[in-house]
Amino acid sequence: MSGSHVQRRGFVQSTIDTLYAAISRVMYAETLARGEGLLQGIDPRVKLAGLLAWILAAALSSKLWVIAALLAVAVSLALFSRVPLSVLAPVWTSALLFTGAIAIPALFLTPGTTALDMPNVGWRITHQGLASAAYLITRVETSGTIALVLVFTTPWTHILKSMRILRVPVIIVVVLGMTLRYILLLLETAREMFESRKSRMVGTLTSRDQRRLAIHGGGVLIAKAFQLSGEVFLAMQARGFRGEVYVLDEFSMTQRDWAALSLFAMLAAGAAWAGR
Amino acid sequence: MHIPDGYLSPATCAALYGGAAPFWYVALRRVRTALHTRLVPRLSLLAAFCFVIMMFNLPLPGGTTGHAVGIGVAAVVLGPWAAMLAISIALTIQALFFGDGGITAIGANCFNMAIVGSLIAYGVYRAIARRAPLNSARRVVAAGIAGYAGINIAALCAAIEFGIQPALYRDAAGAPLYCPYPLHIAIPAMMIGHLTVAGIAELFVSAGVVAFLQQSDPAMLRSTSGVAENLQAASSPAKALRPLWLGLGTLMILTPIGILAGGAAWGEWVASDYANPAARQQIAASSFHQLPPAQVPKGLERLSAVWTAPFAQYAPPYIKSRAFGYLLCAMFGVGLVMVGSFGAGWLLRSQERAREQAAGS
Repeated sequence: MSGSHVQRRGFVQSTIDTLYAAISRVMYAETLARGEGLLQGIDPRVKLAGLLAWILAAALSSKLWVIAALLAVAVSLALFSRVPLSVLAPVWTSALLFTGAIAIPALFLTPGTTALDMPNVGWRITHQGLASAAYLITRVETSGTIALVLVFTTPWTHILKSMRILRVPVIIVVVLGMTLRYILLLLETAREMFESRKSRMVGTLTSRDQRRLAIHGGGVLIAKAFQLSGEVFLAMQARGFRGEVYVLDEFSMTQRDWAALSLFAMLAAGAAWAGR
Repeated sequence: MHIPDGYLSPATCAALYGGAAPFWYVALRRVRTALHTRLVPRLSLLAAFCFVIMMFNLPLPGGTTGHAVGIGVAAVVLGPWAAMLAISIALTIQALFFGDGGITAIGANCFNMAIVGSLIAYGVYRAIARRAPLNSARRVVAAGIAGYAGINIAALCAAIEFGIQPALYRDAAGAPLYCPYPLHIAIPAMMIGHLTVAGIAELFVSAGVVAFLQQSDPAMLRSTSGVAENLQAASSPAKALRPLWLGLGTLMILTPIGILAGGAAWGEWVASDYANPAARQQIAASSFHQLPPAQVPKGLERLSAVWTAPFAQYAPPYIKSRAFGYLLCAMFGVGLVMVGSFGAGWLLRSQERAREQAAGS
């Protein structure tokens, strides 16, 4: 009985925790992005283009030290932008655990020259396996850190508007913006659904009941999403929406932004050249 | 299933962005035609739903838990085109703002889950459900199997993308630069988890949500039921497919680029390659430095003589220009596929008509 009890609490509470963590993350990212810091003062278009170029340079590089150097620069930028290590560390840890678990077998399975023999089990680690695992882990950590730097130093509305420089159609930019707003609303709705269920729960909940609870939650959410989309549409029409979508472009480049763009471009080009 | 940055080469990512682009274009046109001014709010809310459903951790029989992607639910409720847009938007937001999936891999993730997954799930759902009543158990079973098939085929696509990396991208010392596992490891490793856990989660969510909607709001299942007018029927199929035809034509014109690639693709060697030192080196380089046998394998030698292709190596013997020969082969191949497809379509339609006439008389 106690096992079921723990399982029941585990499922409902863990779902609430996951939903709450997602909401908290967005709120915290917005707070940091609107604060003071090195990158916060730079035009979002420059940051988006520059940091994407770094991610691409890391992906293109076939030299480990180049990828590691990009990681070091990204971490420095995060610290100068007042993004605390406590924000970066969980992402590093989860990426390390996930990718590390995937990379470990490659140490033994990748054919090549022997780096280390494990006599008791008869396995051998190859130089190529070590290099391959290192490539995978450093690339994942570097790209993840750069993406994090972007999100924690730029308000999400600005990131979405900046996507216009990548020629993303304006309607997609608008839909992405609205989606992000309604994700928060649906996350909150889902969290409240599970919270209210938790407050009414007495006794044990079997695995079957837990499944039913999650599935009914999904069904209610999709019905609410449809209903809400109708209401939002009527509200948009009431405000004069006739199908045309526009994005206000309030960004303007300063000398500092041009300098930042040059630095981003030089570093990306240098990394791509050195890592070739 | 959400491929992070660093697992796929930039070239693979670019190819998959390119592969996804025509589907996004057609989907946007079709959904826009069907929804008009309702497009923005409807798509936003549905993408938000797809995002949230991916966060539900479902308890499964046997004590384990699994996340559903919502491919089955989205395809059954929205139809394939709206589903591929909604899931793509949810995946983009996950990658950009939540670090779930890589930014360079957005195209790959959308191609696998949003496009392939939605099309497979919708096709399986319609094939099994056929014209069953909206509240029938058959539709629940169809939705479950559709979700299961959709997520597993999407996982297979991801596994193939992983598996081709070590054959294509290595550093000077032979270390794989991206995902290190070849196809014979990547496919089973990926599929075991999806066939046994993630697929089951998707099956339960798809079947469960459809069963729930049958009770609470069956109208939501009507648009894709095949019984009433749906989103896909709202626009002219020929007009909506025009960009795909244009894409196909462009790809055909670009086929001579294939001449630029040196050597043979892995596993496509001919008998004469075994005696050719340069070809042997290429085979070894792409096979983890294992040299092929010195003699041509007997079975390969015997079977390769059974059939001589009229356009061997995509080079018709009577065409002097290699580029033109490539182009001609592309046109011929596409023409054959089209004739086959139209023939099969005509056959199916005539059978359907015959059945309807028999039922009417």
